[in-house]
Amino acid sequence: MYHYDEYDRALVAERVAQFRDQISRRLSGELSEEEFLPLRLQNGLYLQRHAYMLRVAIPYGTLSADQLRALASVARDFDRGYGHFTTRQNIQFNWIELEQVGDILARLAAVDMHAIQTSGNCVRNISTDAFAGVAADELLDPRPLAEILRQWSTVNPEFLYLPRKFKIALCSASEDRAAVMMHDIGLYLYRDGAGEMLFDVMVGGGLGRTPILSQPIRKALPWQHLLSYVEAVLRVYNRHGRRDNKYKARIKILVKALGIEAFAREVEAEWEHIKDGPAELTRAEYERVAASFQPPAYPPQPAVDLAFGSALARDAGFARWVQRNTHAHKQPGYVSVTLSTKPGAAMPPGDVTAAQMEQIAQMAERFGFGEIRIAHEQNLVLPDVAKTDLYALWQQACAFGLATPNIGLLTDVIACPGGDYCALANAKSIPVAQAIQQRFADPELLQDLGEISLNISGCMNACGHHHIGNIGILGVDKNGSEWYQLTIGGAQGKHSALGKVIGPAFSAEDVPEVIAQLAEVYRAQRQGEERFVDTVERIGLAPFKARVYPPQETRA
Amino acid sequence: MNNLIRLTEHGPERVGTDPWTLALTEEPAAAGPRILSLEAWLQRQPEAVLSGQAPSADAVCLQPDDEAEQLQPYLAVLPLIAVLFPSFRDGRGYSQAYLLRTRIGWTGELRAVGDVLRDQLSHMRQCGFDAFAIREDKSAEDAIKGLGGMSVLYGRSAIEPRPLFRRRASEC
Ligand code: HEM
Ligand code: SF4
Repeated sequence: MYHYDEYDRALVAERVAQFRDQISRRLSGELSEEEFLPLRLQNGLYLQRHAYMLRVAIPYGTLSADQLRALASVARDFDRGYGHFTTRQNIQFNWIELEQVGDILARLAAVDMHAIQTSGNCVRNISTDAFAGVAADELLDPRPLAEILRQWSTVNPEFLYLPRKFKIALCSASEDRAAVMMHDIGLYLYRDGAGEMLFDVMVGGGLGRTPILSQPIRKALPWQHLLSYVEAVLRVYNRHGRRDNKYKARIKILVKALGIEAFAREVEAEWEHIKDGPAELTRAEYERVAASFQPPAYPPQPAVDLAFGSALARDAGFARWVQRNTHAHKQPGYVSVTLSTKPGAAMPPGDVTAAQMEQIAQMAERFGFGEIRIAHEQNLVLPDVAKTDLYALWQQACAFGLATPNIGLLTDVIACPGGDYCALANAKSIPVAQAIQQRFADPELLQDLGEISLNISGCMNACGHHHIGNIGILGVDKNGSEWYQLTIGGAQGKHSALGKVIGPAFSAEDVPEVIAQLAEVYRAQRQGEERFVDTVERIGLAPFKARVYPPQETRA
Repeated sequence: MNNLIRLTEHGPERVGTDPWTLALTEEPAAAGPRILSLEAWLQRQPEAVLSGQAPSADAVCLQPDDEAEQLQPYLAVLPLIAVLFPSFRDGRGYSQAYLLRTRIGWTGELRAVGDVLRDQLSHMRQCGFDAFAIREDKSAEDAIKGLGGMSVLYGRSAIEPRPLFRRRASEC
């Protein structure tokens, strides 16, 4: 984990004081709501349907046990006893009073946390793979460069009033678990033959009402140029991005309008001016930051663990959980464990109670060097667990409702807050997610369907990433009532794809059954081990349409 | 402009009376020196000014769509450059100022005009502004407090070209 120094602490403390002052000027009427709006957004404070929502940054999804305890204390003392982990590796508290925000931020600052730039038209929380630093398929550790980017983008004076929000993700594993291609800037990090770190830079991705996958703008950029290149992209965007229409203001529209070649020329011309200047990263700085991310001293593990083997053989529930919820680790004898926040109807996806957070903090200390990660799919990860400890960990996770063995399966739903919280919603998301989870509660069926991502958004804004779900559900409004449009074939990762609409929208009650029918078509058509999304790609939409819109119901 | 703050060697000060009038729309009746839009400025200058032989009596105000680079040939004759913030949420002026200072080479007064408010001032200062025409309905006295900002800047800016990691390294 990155360790704050006196600069980092001073910045966060001063920021708390600054925002307290802005809040009190708002409360006294000295600042109008219009003037206050961008200030509060840059401090993570949204106004939702019922109350303020505070979004706290979890930079590249990494937390310490103490930080998680602090989040639990905020949930308990200032909210209704839970928090909501998001797709961008942040946490949101939904029931916040404006007057309390200064105290909450001060409590977070005490554990080196903040809410800076988690909203607003500025560079947002930098995100990456939840398994960064530990995944077996990792090429190199993206966290030091993610932290360097975090610092550079924090209160960067030129880029706080961009045309729109700006999101950057990094990935440096063979599998892309950070949805890199739907970011404004996406960075694929790897080493060349000589061991130097290089980036492939992608630009112009984003969801929303016009989903676009990013395109490569520069290959093999040496790591020293990370900041200057990103600065060049941002300057071009800040100067030329559209501001007349908020739906066209994102960089994806600029890139599309200019074409990637013309856009790249602009960026390269800008970059020429700055690339060899003081923004060039130094090895000393890289090493200073990287020192925080040294792997823990892993106690060596036995090559053969008889107790683990016999627990797997004895306990089918445990075996299923190990199969679904653990992830291959660099270090022999270790795995990463994903704690599911998707138990089904009991809790909305991503919601975790204060008591659960405290349990997770304790498990992280007992079983895993005190570190926790937040996954893009809104689950929590313990990155370093010895296989010998898995059985004990599993039992504890079961006792706290965190061991649902559904990672990557249909019930591991990503859902936006939807109509229950969000003032922009056309439809609710959470009850639909829960109805689907209930319909697929049978673990046999769920396992049989294998990997399927299902993402739900309550409106066009696409906070729930429905475009890149294998099955996407979008809430739409028809004459004041809630309907749901389905897409299939979306995917994240290196083979990202945008889903295609299968036809007219469905009512909320019908959605679970329609999903079941899509699953049936897949089961009937799949070849061998083929995943749902591969079957869709091979056979196209027609067989799915035919099943869910039977001919007798189609009008001539 | 009577709500003006200027950075001086003694720190930020309120300017009692400022002769300049911002005249972005049609021919103003007011006498005295004017700050014109780039288009109007280019039209109204005599040849001697445009060719760099005589100082201009008028100043220029860049609007968000203008290219700051267009001012390059006129730096020697301009008395003042203003940058318009039509809304405090429009951030193009920050990049324009940054370019004027770091690339185009403007060393004279760089004034933020328009929707200029306290909570944006420290960012404007870091991007190179040294004068701030605070929105008329706000107190310039109060706004001065906004210039302080925060003591830590990770990145770099027009007034501090070195990012923190280079400053940090040179300290010890
Ligand atoms: C109060 C209303 C809103 C709520 C509660 C909400 C909630 C969320 C949440 C929880 C996320 C994951 C966020 C993170 O950690 O950074 C998200 C992402 C997103 N939001 Fe919202 N959002 C709201 C308003 C909007 C608006 C107004 C837009 C667009 C006009 C929008 C577009 C998006 C998009 C496109 C994403 C996800 C994709 C990405 O990462 O680029 N949201 N939203
Ligand atoms: S997708 Fe729409 S309904 Fe859902 S949180 Fe985003 S803005 Fe709200």
